[in-house]
Amino acid sequence: MKVSLFITCLCDMFSSDVGKDTVEILERVGCEVDFPETQTCCGQPAYNSGYLTDAKESMKQMMKAFRFSDYVVGPSGSCVGMLKEYPKLFENDLVWRDEAKRLADKSYEVTQFLVDVLGVVDVGSTFKGKITYHPSCHMTRILGVKDAPMTLLKHVEGADLTELPAKEDCCGFGGTFAVKNSMISGEMVKEKAAHVSETGADYLVGGDMGCLLNIGGRMRREGKHVKVAHITEILNQH
Amino acid sequence: MSIKLGDASYEERVQEGVQNEFMRQAVASAQGRFRSGKQKQADKLGNWEDWRTLGEEIRTHTLENIDYYLQLLSDNVSKRGGNVFFAQTAEEANDYIQHVIKEKNAQKVVKSKSMVTEEIGMNEALEEVGADVVESDLGEWILQLDEDPPSHIVAPAVHKNKEQVKETFTEKKGYNQSSQPEELASFAREQLRQEFLSADVGITGCNFAVAESGAVTLVTNEGNARMATTIPDTQISVMGMERVVPTYEELDILVSLLTRAAVGQDLTSYVTSITGTRLEGETDGPEDYHLVIVDNGRSKILGTEFQSALHCIRCAACINVCPVYRHVGGHAYGSVYPGPIGAVLTPLLDGYEDHKELPYASSLCGACTEACPVKIPLHEQLIRHREIIVEQEKMTPRSERLAMKGFAKWGSSPAAYKMSTAMARSAMKPWTKDETVANGPGPLKGWTVNRDFPAPAKQTFRSWFKERQKGGES
Ligand code: SF4
Repeated sequence: MKVSLFITCLCDMFSSDVGKDTVEILERVGCEVDFPETQTCCGQPAYNSGYLTDAKESMKQMMKAFRFSDYVVGPSGSCVGMLKEYPKLFENDLVWRDEAKRLADKSYEVTQFLVDVLGVVDVGSTFKGKITYHPSCHMTRILGVKDAPMTLLKHVEGADLTELPAKEDCCGFGGTFAVKNSMISGEMVKEKAAHVSETGADYLVGGDMGCLLNIGGRMRREGKHVKVAHITEILNQH
Repeated sequence: MSIKLGDASYEERVQEGVQNEFMRQAVASAQGRFRSGKQKQADKLGNWEDWRTLGEEIRTHTLENIDYYLQLLSDNVSKRGGNVFFAQTAEEANDYIQHVIKEKNAQKVVKSKSMVTEEIGMNEALEEVGADVVESDLGEWILQLDEDPPSHIVAPAVHKNKEQVKETFTEKKGYNQSSQPEELASFAREQLRQEFLSADVGITGCNFAVAESGAVTLVTNEGNARMATTIPDTQISVMGMERVVPTYEELDILVSLLTRAAVGQDLTSYVTSITGTRLEGETDGPEDYHLVIVDNGRSKILGTEFQSALHCIRCAACINVCPVYRHVGGHAYGSVYPGPIGAVLTPLLDGYEDHKELPYASSLCGACTEACPVKIPLHEQLIRHREIIVEQEKMTPRSERLAMKGFAKWGSSPAAYKMSTAMARSAMKPWTKDETVANGPGPLKGWTVNRDFPAPAKQTFRSWFKERQKGGES
């Protein structure tokens, strides 16, 4: 099966390992992965701040970049969730309407793709350590992916999973919210970091780089030694 | 009081909220109780999502035919001997109510809890004409004694703990018992009983008004609405125009959703329906009944992309799950309507000028949308507000507008995008130490006051992928 990787700008810049892990996992389960070079950002930073016109410029580039892909798979619930919103945003745009729908229909977050499309629940990884998982808001509520990440993590040999208290609460990232409403966002991430500490886990795992940068950055600031890992990093240990 | 509360700036309000440890603890624990109560009820019902769909359908249908149902309601209230007044504005509503009070020469007015009367500032208007207005909902009464506005639409005094309530009672009413909730409540009951017995006029809000019968329905746990609607001879109900429901059948469903979503109960202790005046042959009911239907900006929302905000049944489920609300409390919103629904509704009813920060007071986590029993897409409406603030009102700073123009160029040009990702690491170098940015420049400061920022990776993904392809590695 041919799959195009949607790397997401955050992973492209800050965590190229996530991209590598995603590629390797997909190949391991039999996919052929390509990387359309002209992809940029899903447009979310501008869209969520109210700059729809500016956001659409980036969105159009994404539609062009993935025009010939069969499947688009990305390591982020939030960014893939954004792609899924395109049809609504281009509803009245005769030029882009169909393309928006096509892109939305063929796009998947990586754990969603593995479990729901490929039917893979065990990617054959082994990992030693105590893990707690933060289900990011956009992954669960916008994209509606609630179970796939846990399904995969439960099949990781050796992983000791422990539940994060109040896991469904937002970590306070929210894109530009973290900067614009810095004080509120700061209180939210402090609360999340405290919950992570309560679990006694060695690893905080999540499916969205934004949240992980946020929570990880806070824990580091507090001098806490919890390691932060994108879910693909755990799934690619073997 | 009107929709807008106080004159403090948004930043000041947020700061005050965040620094108020007492309030934050009280709010967090109340949120916890409300949330688990609602969850239990939803689980017990089993098909919560179907109920939500039903709730949404009822509200959509009603709002789409609101002129018809309001007319029907009005006809039925009139048939039952009541007077109906449509108030376009807060002033019109207050004028009418003042007029009734003056005509009755009323000295004392007892009120049951009502958000719309807060919205229009009715209490102040009545005090202007010399009436003594007494709130009879326990939370509202505490706040009235304290001259403090509500901070939650269902539990108005949620920001106070029992010690603070005891202090208020002691100071204002000579209370001399403990801070046990039972003792506090029984003291309040005694005091309020006197007020009910001596009141000339009873004023209530309205949870739902049933068009087919003209019945105004009140949902309470304290029974105070029942007292306010049985003792005084003159009664006034004030409702936002969107409170109407077609028949008792829809009322049943919406009340079921409301009590579960609001307080995690199958049903509240009291659900009271009142219809007009005492007609011949009837044994109870007031001599004089007035229904004031308030528009105050609502009809402007009809037919717009925000219409579904009028579906709101004021259950506060969105407030109870909101992490922003948890940390800043209700007063930080500077509106009688706090939380996610407040952030959506306030700018619609009262304009952007005084409330332009509210749509941004959300991380867009979507917890509100998921919680709403009538499926209002709250977080999406917050984004729509932001679009209007940016694209129509042009209220955002120039620096931000330029940055977003830059974003559009960057995101639409693969070459520029590629170059910037490749250069990000060296560009961030001056602020980077041990692969970490602890004190970032420009907008990044907002981030780094609370947490570290990572240095961009040594190698971008795309260059890795390219090298790998070149190397023919599989
Ligand atoms: S918006 Fe929805 S959840 Fe919030 S108060 Fe209204 S009905 Fe309840």
